[in-house]
Amino acid sequence: MSNNILTIALSKGRIFKETLPLLEAAGIEPIDDPETSRKLILDTNQKDVKLLIIRATDVPTYVQYGAADMGVTGKDVLMEHGGEGLYELLDLHIACCKLMVAGYADKPLNQGHIKVATKFVNCAKRYFAETGRQADIIKLYGSMELAPIVGLADCIVDVVDTGGTLKANGLVPLEHMHEISSRMVVNKASMKIKHSRIKTILNQIQSAVEAG
Amino acid sequence: MTEKNYWVLPDGISEALPDEAETTEILRRQLLDTYQRWGYRLVMPPLVEFMDSLRAGVGSLLDLQTFKVRDSLSDRQLGIRADITPQVARIDAHSLKSEYPNRLCYAGSVLRTKSEHFEGSRSPLQIGAELFGHSGLASDYELIALMLETLSLAGIEDVVLDVGHVDVFRGLSAQADLSEKEEIQFFDMLERKSIPEIEAWIKQRNLPSRIAKMLNALPRLSGDSVVLEESKLALADANQEVKQALDYLIALSQRIQANWPQVTLHIDLSELRGYSYHTGIIYAAYVPRSGREVARGGRYDDIGQHFGNARAATGFSTSLGLLLDMGNYQYEPPCPILAPCDSDPALNTLIKRLRDQGEAIIRQLDGQTDEDCKHLNCNRKIVLKDDAWAVVNI
Repeated sequence: MSNNILTIALSKGRIFKETLPLLEAAGIEPIDDPETSRKLILDTNQKDVKLLIIRATDVPTYVQYGAADMGVTGKDVLMEHGGEGLYELLDLHIACCKLMVAGYADKPLNQGHIKVATKFVNCAKRYFAETGRQADIIKLYGSMELAPIVGLADCIVDVVDTGGTLKANGLVPLEHMHEISSRMVVNKASMKIKHSRIKTILNQIQSAVEAG
Repeated sequence: MTEKNYWVLPDGISEALPDEAETTEILRRQLLDTYQRWGYRLVMPPLVEFMDSLRAGVGSLLDLQTFKVRDSLSDRQLGIRADITPQVARIDAHSLKSEYPNRLCYAGSVLRTKSEHFEGSRSPLQIGAELFGHSGLASDYELIALMLETLSLAGIEDVVLDVGHVDVFRGLSAQADLSEKEEIQFFDMLERKSIPEIEAWIKQRNLPSRIAKMLNALPRLSGDSVVLEESKLALADANQEVKQALDYLIALSQRIQANWPQVTLHIDLSELRGYSYHTGIIYAAYVPRSGREVARGGRYDDIGQHFGNARAATGFSTSLGLLLDMGNYQYEPPCPILAPCDSDPALNTLIKRLRDQGEAIIRQLDGQTDEDCKHLNCNRKIVLKDDAWAVVNI
């Protein structure tokens, strides 16, 4: 993190596409397109603003360490990460979905021990503890929907957008855990050191969010 | 662990090789000498203490941070210190028992179960200074000034000093009549400055509108010192505790700006680090290129009461490793003088005299040639010249 360059970390795909108009409102336009370019650091029309293209789950880590000043990431990723060392100043109201417990409609969850397959290990642990249930968490990296089918788990915890994948695999949402949308996060030290610049960008983005 | 990597150090534990060790030590001496010249007397608190004593009055976070062992002698639990500050407070309150202000400083290793910073050391060399028995601007300012002096001696430039006051949050949450649970929730959101969550949370609470407005304003009250004037307006309906805190911050920031124009002052009224034991101002120093603070401090008036002597207290601490990482502190060890392997008493006398003058003399071992000693980086050597020992340049 250099003193005069401002770096913003975000992930390719949906978040990038939906963040673009918001960055534009703050006068920041990337010169390269991450879908065609293989560069991981994108130049923008402002020579002291760079975009880092990284995996969504890595955004809190980059920002926490100060490797990026700001970042855009889902609330699900932030809750899982813990958000230490970060400020979550803005809800961008993009990439909206829900964090849910899903399973079979005709099989209510056991009142005793529940086996839960998820990549959101911390969120699931916290949620089941808060609702007073014992849960064994099985960490998976993808295709969560398979776990109840093959008997690996009783239910899954995952983000649900349209619910299409659940339906296709015979599962239904059982419990709503949290509304998810993307947040603008800022490194604590950057917020203090580059305060006026970051505040200006945040204000411009917030106006764009409210207008949209 | 396989037999092959038995030498691997645990996570977050490091050792210093000569270059780094010497630089660290020179900086440590220079800082302690400086503290002494400001009237701060050195104390050496013990590496381990009874857990009951370490735990007193500092909150559960430090408890979690402390490695514990069972003392087979007393059959009580011992803790390896994770922070020296509460130990110094104990020394002031219980061992020195003075009724006058006491200035103390310290330097030593601490051990933590988890690094305070993601990539940081679990066993930093902590160094700091504390002033006990005075409550007010004079002592708070003195400690801030000494912290800034510390950073400057370590070659750290472009310092941003972030200052807050826990009474702003404390006063507002009392005024809003938040329950203990609500205060923790609000605190957690404030720590993350999660404005969307805070707004939704306040809406749910059905607070009187002027109080809701002030709570909503709190996470936004950060920036340069102009924020303090804005805060007086935004928090105009706040109780006396909050107003006094704001006036105190205004007076303090004026004094800092007048004396340290090169330091950038940043005010953050929702910064609450160490809220559980701080009782007044809190501050931290940040530098560009680093995602974390390099030094921090604040007022913590209540700790002494756990040792039978409630004393006003204010102080700061930092770590020597962090100072060296963030600054451009340079230390070049002086080049030694090479002495031959010879037992002539006249040579011994010369070597002693040179060493007394502060020179480093390295004696060749038997069988060593000058060539063998090249790596020692000597720039002079002692030779026999006209029947007398003399120092010549290499």
